[in-house]
Amino acid sequence: MDYSQFGSMIPELIVLGIFMLVFLFDTFSCEKGKKILTPFTTILFGLGTIAIWLLPADGELVFGGMYINDTTTNALKAILNVGVFIVFLQSAKWVESDEVAIRKGEFYELILVTLFGMYLMVSARHFLLFIIGLESASLPLAALVAFNKNHYESHEAAIKYIMTAVFSSALLLVGLSFVYAFSGGSLYFDDLAITISQGQTSGLLIVALAFVIAGIGFKLSLVPFHLWTADVYQGAPTAITSYLSVISKGAAAVAFFIIFVQCFGAVYSEAWEWMLYGIIILTITVGNLFAVRQKNMKRFMAFSSISQAGYIMLGVMAADGLGLAGMLFYIFVYVVSNLGAFAVISTIEDKTGLVGMDDYNGLHKTNPWLSFAMTLAMFSLAGIPPFAGFFSKILIFTSVTGTGSWALYMLVLIALINTIISLYYYLLVVKAMWISADEPKIETFRSACSARAAIWICVAGIVLFGLVPYIYEYCYDAVQNSLSFLLLF
Amino acid sequence: MDITLPILILAIPITMFLVLGIGGVKMSKKMAGILGIIGMGTTATIAYTVAITYFFSGDANFIIDGVRQQYQVFDFTWLSFTDTLVVKLGFLLDPISAMMLVVITTISFMVHLYSWGYMEGEQGFQRYYAFLSLFSFSMLGLVVATNIFQMYIFWELVGVSSYLLIGFYYKLPSAVSASKKAFIVTRFADLGFLIGILLLSFYTDTFNFMDLTSNPERVLASTGGASFMGASVLTWAMVLIFTGGMGKSAMMPLHIWLPDAMEGPTPVSALIHAATMVVAGVYLVARMFPVYCVVDAAMTFICCVGAITAFYAAVVACAQIDIKRILAFSTISQIAFMMVSLGVAYDKPIEGVHYSGLGYMAGMFHLFTHAMFKALLFLGAGALIHAVHSNNYTAMGGLRKYMPITHWTFLIGCLAIAGIWPFAGFFSKDEMLAAMFARHWFWGAWMTMVAGLTAFYMFRMYFLVFWWEENPHYKEHKPHDAPWQMSVPLLFLAAVSCVCGWALPFGELVTWNGEPYHIHIEWVKVAIPSILTACVAIALAYVMYHKKNDLPTKVKNFWPTLWTAANRRFYWDEIYMFITHKIIFNIICKSIAWFDRHVIDATMDGFAKITQKASYAIRGMQAGTIQAYVAWYLAGAVALAAITWICLI
Repeated sequence: MDYSQFGSMIPELIVLGIFMLVFLFDTFSCEKGKKILTPFTTILFGLGTIAIWLLPADGELVFGGMYINDTTTNALKAILNVGVFIVFLQSAKWVESDEVAIRKGEFYELILVTLFGMYLMVSARHFLLFIIGLESASLPLAALVAFNKNHYESHEAAIKYIMTAVFSSALLLVGLSFVYAFSGGSLYFDDLAITISQGQTSGLLIVALAFVIAGIGFKLSLVPFHLWTADVYQGAPTAITSYLSVISKGAAAVAFFIIFVQCFGAVYSEAWEWMLYGIIILTITVGNLFAVRQKNMKRFMAFSSISQAGYIMLGVMAADGLGLAGMLFYIFVYVVSNLGAFAVISTIEDKTGLVGMDDYNGLHKTNPWLSFAMTLAMFSLAGIPPFAGFFSKILIFTSVTGTGSWALYMLVLIALINTIISLYYYLLVVKAMWISADEPKIETFRSACSARAAIWICVAGIVLFGLVPYIYEYCYDAVQNSLSFLLLF
Repeated sequence: MDITLPILILAIPITMFLVLGIGGVKMSKKMAGILGIIGMGTTATIAYTVAITYFFSGDANFIIDGVRQQYQVFDFTWLSFTDTLVVKLGFLLDPISAMMLVVITTISFMVHLYSWGYMEGEQGFQRYYAFLSLFSFSMLGLVVATNIFQMYIFWELVGVSSYLLIGFYYKLPSAVSASKKAFIVTRFADLGFLIGILLLSFYTDTFNFMDLTSNPERVLASTGGASFMGASVLTWAMVLIFTGGMGKSAMMPLHIWLPDAMEGPTPVSALIHAATMVVAGVYLVARMFPVYCVVDAAMTFICCVGAITAFYAAVVACAQIDIKRILAFSTISQIAFMMVSLGVAYDKPIEGVHYSGLGYMAGMFHLFTHAMFKALLFLGAGALIHAVHSNNYTAMGGLRKYMPITHWTFLIGCLAIAGIWPFAGFFSKDEMLAAMFARHWFWGAWMTMVAGLTAFYMFRMYFLVFWWEENPHYKEHKPHDAPWQMSVPLLFLAAVSCVCGWALPFGELVTWNGEPYHIHIEWVKVAIPSILTACVAIALAYVMYHKKNDLPTKVKNFWPTLWTAANRRFYWDEIYMFITHKIIFNIICKSIAWFDRHVIDATMDGFAKITQKASYAIRGMQAGTIQAYVAWYLAGAVALAAITWICLI
């Protein structure tokens, strides 16, 4: 075996290296040393993130064609890393609380392992490796969801998560076994693409497609595979909820794109365009309709993230380089906007234990800066200019309409109408904070510096990403430099 | 040229704005003031370096065979919508932008320094300096814009900072309404500007100034002779663009905001509403000058608007009591002077005219000198207001003994604006009048008359403030000269107003096509008549106002209706009030409001109700039991497969 192939998987090695260091540190350090575990991990991870941003991706198929790290996957990994870094910052206070401090090492280790799994998910060019990535990104998450050992809701959430995850994996594997049969015994994306482009659309393929959509749709919480989302988001510790809603989704979305465009690209217009069409409309609309009535912030964010996933999926509908670039940009913006909101939610929860929307009434009187950050996050999620969310929506919409088909115009129109609905519920939060005349329930407090750093990063991202064109150009260039796999169809 | 210095010119003020705006609350007033002054001083130094490099270095980028070039230091793509629709941000160096860099940073620095004394003890001192920095940033960005869209962006930013500064005393209702008025009127004008920009760029496929102005014939050809309501599309575009300039430069009938803008702090009036922002309209016309030259109708329009405005404002200025309003109307009148001067210029050699671009050069020259002496006059007025705590000349009189520095510098300002040799105003005004006479004797004669009126109302104010009769209040509260922070800018600007006319080879530096022009003064035809007119006007003012007498009352009672009308600014505000309140609000807005409430709102409410109902109807899906979840899951996957199968095969 040629060991130099490992040189291609630098991001994975970095994350694995950080994992090993944290693991060793956690296992062998004395009581005193454990106190600096949090800053140690955070700083190490920050350095790793910078390294992934800076190190070039070679874009070569290695390990017998199973793995590739091209500029697109590298860009996504870097983006996800930024998200995880923010999650680490916002959770730094929480992991030091009495209940979890003793197990904080596990928290970091499990997150790093799932991140490693997500890396494999997007870099895999073989279904076996993809499944391994998917599973290692799913199973440890159940442990993380159950992290609040003493809370009943946390257990319930974990059970719901693991049950649905297992079920979705089973469905995905059934789908893949059909694919295996269809391709005549290969699970390589390339082989599959060739077989499909030569063959006919058959019932077998359609069932396979539906099951693969369902299987990955679980991670993205597409409707109707989303029902676990709200309960799990509500029950899980807030740090995990934010991780689930952003990082896990971002990786799954790009993996979805790669699988569908690279493997099944040939039957885009015959089969899965319309499947996805329906799924996206359902996802955005149902997510919105549920979000309208939520009173618990974490539950509210769960439905908001379902609807956002629908918008991300629009990039897959475009099924070209612009769509992928739009997705990457959308994910990046979504990382800062959603994590900005979650950073505020978790800060408030840590201090007061309150997560109801009504608890936020009059927040601006006591905590103006938190209200400000939350408002920006809501504006960005709703897509109000000039914040980043507006530009990410515009770009992903343009990528869809760029194909010129009227059906896709209709899709964008429906998405736009849904944006108006989403505006309503995002502004409910803003209204609660700024306009509601009630006496504020939350006392004035000073949040931990790590949380403040997280919020500042997010606010800066929300304000700057739209106005500074380099971020989108970065995504676009990354996609352009790795377009070769798209040439297959 | 290296990119560092130009970018610093913009970066320092915006950084100052952010630092003072965000951190200002936490720092002491002194600290904020010093920071602001140092920031602006540095910017001014850099701007001077850039301007001097541009004019005198002889670099091939800037000057080729004695002809000054336009040079884009940088021009990066900001937003790229399609291949042709690209919004860029850049830095254009050419004679007028280099000149404006000098003007803006000089005045801004002086005002920063002056404000340190003037605004001492005011609440919101830090906020004031933050807004000043924001304004300086916007104005600098406006003048160095490489394309008309960038100019538009900064144009609006300038409007916003002007709004913020006029409304600085936000507890005073008059200041609040003045700031609203300024913003709405200029914003309304900018609508025309935007339409003009869109029209122009639609036909020419470019926003870039160099593309537009280097080949105006192409611009003319690109519209393909399209016309609308009897005028060519290009005429419409250029007139609409000029509308934006009319709004900012307070030309009739959009002048109504400027006198009210005097509610802002006086140094702000000096910086924004006398020296820099209000000349943006003139700058805009100068920037697009070659294009205007191919559209005769637009040029005539500019001339007419300018000539009417100049006269109107001069007459109104003769009947005002508030010294800042007198200066405001004088500003309107002088800017109109520059507009006419631009309007009479040609871009091609004309027979019998020794230099066809004279009007352009003179207009820019007057912009420069006017900025200096008008800022001086405003700062002087600020010193007076500081001393007697009133804006009206009725609270002043005989101040020359109490405030010698203010008196002498103010006198220099008045002489400069009246156009007396050898002060700055004489040289620029003389060139402007020469250009007007060269076009047609009517323009020259008309504007000479306006110049005479200028001399009269300025000296009317001067005598009423510094001579006339000592106000009895001085016994209780003795007025005195301002502190050094305020006197230094006055002395500096007075010195500049004395020398910049004859010492500065302006024609060598700033001309429309970059070729140097040697200024020579036409004594017999233009200069002597205009000086004589000014002297007669000053003499008249002396007779009427140098000491207390009843001559002014007699003159006033000779035709009281006229005096009242002029004092009430010929009822323009009332006309606007009638149109907006009686016609627009009552008739148009009410019907729109009805439609809004009963049709649009009702539809939206309907949508909201449907959403709520739908949301309520599907709540059962989320029942909470895991069995149901998985059942939905499986059903979803199977249904997806089944429906697709049925539809496709």
